[in-house]
Amino acid sequence: MEPVLEIRNLRKSFPGVKAVDGISFSIEAGTCFGLLGPNGAGKTTTIEIIEGILNEDSGTILYKGENRGKRFKAEAGIQFQSTRLPEYLTVFETLKTYRGLYPGKTDIDWIIEVCRLEEILNRDNRKISGGQKQRLLLAIALTNNPELIILDEPTTGLDPQARRHLWEIVTGIKNSGKTIILTTHYMEEAERLCDKIAIMDYGKIIDIDTPNSLLMKYGKGATIYIRTEDPEKYRNILSCQYFIVENGIEFRTDFLNLCIQQLAASEADLTGMTVRTPNLEDVFLKLTGHTLRA
Amino acid sequence: MFKRILIIFINRNREFYRDKSGFGWNILFPFFVIVGFSLIFSQDSRKEYKVGVINSGNIRNEISVQYEEFRKTKFVEFIEFESRETGINRLLHHRIDLLIEPSEGRYWKSSSSPKSFMTEKLLISSSEKIKTGFVPETVTGREIPYVEWLFPGVLAMNMMFSALFGVGYSVVRDRKNGVLKRFSVTPLTPFEFLTAQILSRMFVILLTTGTVYLACILIYGFENRGSYLSLLIIFMLGSFSMVSLALIIASRSSSEEFAGGILNLLSWPMMLLSEVWFSMEGARPWVIKFAKLLPLSHITSGIRQIMNDGASLYDIRSQILALSVMSIIFLSAGSVLFRWQKTD
Repeated sequence: MEPVLEIRNLRKSFPGVKAVDGISFSIEAGTCFGLLGPNGAGKTTTIEIIEGILNEDSGTILYKGENRGKRFKAEAGIQFQSTRLPEYLTVFETLKTYRGLYPGKTDIDWIIEVCRLEEILNRDNRKISGGQKQRLLLAIALTNNPELIILDEPTTGLDPQARRHLWEIVTGIKNSGKTIILTTHYMEEAERLCDKIAIMDYGKIIDIDTPNSLLMKYGKGATIYIRTEDPEKYRNILSCQYFIVENGIEFRTDFLNLCIQQLAASEADLTGMTVRTPNLEDVFLKLTGHTLRA
Repeated sequence: MFKRILIIFINRNREFYRDKSGFGWNILFPFFVIVGFSLIFSQDSRKEYKVGVINSGNIRNEISVQYEEFRKTKFVEFIEFESRETGINRLLHHRIDLLIEPSEGRYWKSSSSPKSFMTEKLLISSSEKIKTGFVPETVTGREIPYVEWLFPGVLAMNMMFSALFGVGYSVVRDRKNGVLKRFSVTPLTPFEFLTAQILSRMFVILLTTGTVYLACILIYGFENRGSYLSLLIIFMLGSFSMVSLALIIASRSSSEEFAGGILNLLSWPMMLLSEVWFSMEGARPWVIKFAKLLPLSHITSGIRQIMNDGASLYDIRSQILALSVMSIIFLSAGSVLFRWQKTD
């Protein structure tokens, strides 16, 4: 099956920095593809090149096997990281404005319902909350019945509740069979929404795979956390890597059973002990050597 | 294509009339100017020279005759001062043109002020029975009141400000805010966007100019001696040329400060050199030539010739040609230079 979007050896430099350094990937129809990386990794530059906002220095971008043109503009639904909208328009007028610019159109009532805009339709688009604005921007990205939806950090700056709200909407859109590209620096977002993830850092893609495969590949082992006011007392019990953390101590190990046995055999108090398996955050840390929000 | 143009056209118009302060200002500003100038330049209050008077009691007879004659002089305003010191201070600061003290038969003039020189001549001649070989005649026909002469200039000036700041400033602001960036990823083309901007602003200008025109006609009874169709055509062409000029400024910049500076740099010389407020008759030839390069000169003179002199479109063909050529040049340059996004 032909990918909806194919990127080959894409490069883009700005003075003094290689923002995108020879990346390649392809996106299958009906999937959600995540570009994951910290600020400055090159995610937005990649997305803006795909959108046509920036010109690439070299490389190839194919939409449905062809160079992007009028068809791409008509069939792509785009949500920027931050966008100001034309002033003095209500939410409904804003939606109608953008919808009117495209040849293909989504049923406006469906968009309003999916993005939960009913209550703010007649409100000035400058007088809505951050979460409402992100939902409106997502709704605008859906007005042309897009085949490909590009969401650039759609939940950045939102409170946890608004973020989860938006995730539910994106999941619904994904379930309707749309192809989505999503950039984020929230691991939980990538794990929940994406079928495939490309981990980016310093303009390069470090690895691309499904979240599960990435965890299988790089997420072996476990983390044992013991809450204690005296971490020094615990550090010699196990012979694995340890970190003194806030209010306790953490051990990283690939031999969980052995460690548990050693801890049980010791007379240490294990009341505050928790065991955690690795998540994508740990995978990212392992692959790049620094945290996502560094 | 037409639907997309219509959508942006409607949006811009909504933005205009919902921005109450901008909307009100566009209507009220030219009206205030006309009202203000009609008060300032009404014949009774139009005083060209100001004479300060101190100690006007106990005037000697031979001085009294001349002083009474001088006080009858047209276009001279007499202002009483309590002390000589105050009067001299006002003269030194050019707040008055001459200071007289009739009781002492003395006057003070400013040696550096042309108006002071003229006022002195008026004082000296006020008691003389002059016999010359010249025969006085009075012009016949309807004299055009200054305010009626000014009116077309104010309309043209409002047209200029509305176009330059209404389009230039707002497009730059939209580029800076990212509104244009969002449009750039839709099928909307720069041609469609610019066409909508031009049509919307022309519509707004014609609406506001028409409103101001009607209000002034009703209140002041200004007369249009030409045809209304000619007037409409010159209004349309004038607003088109000004909006096209604004599009050059709006083509790339994303700095409102820079755009504001350029807009002022363009609008002030036009306001001063395009005969909006005063005639350029007698100005240096190069100044007159330079003024001819400014679209506002042609708009002002076109409207003025139609309204004041009843000129036809053929009579103002040179203005129409100049405005057409300028519009094409401005629009072409604006279209070629236009970018959706920040380039600086």
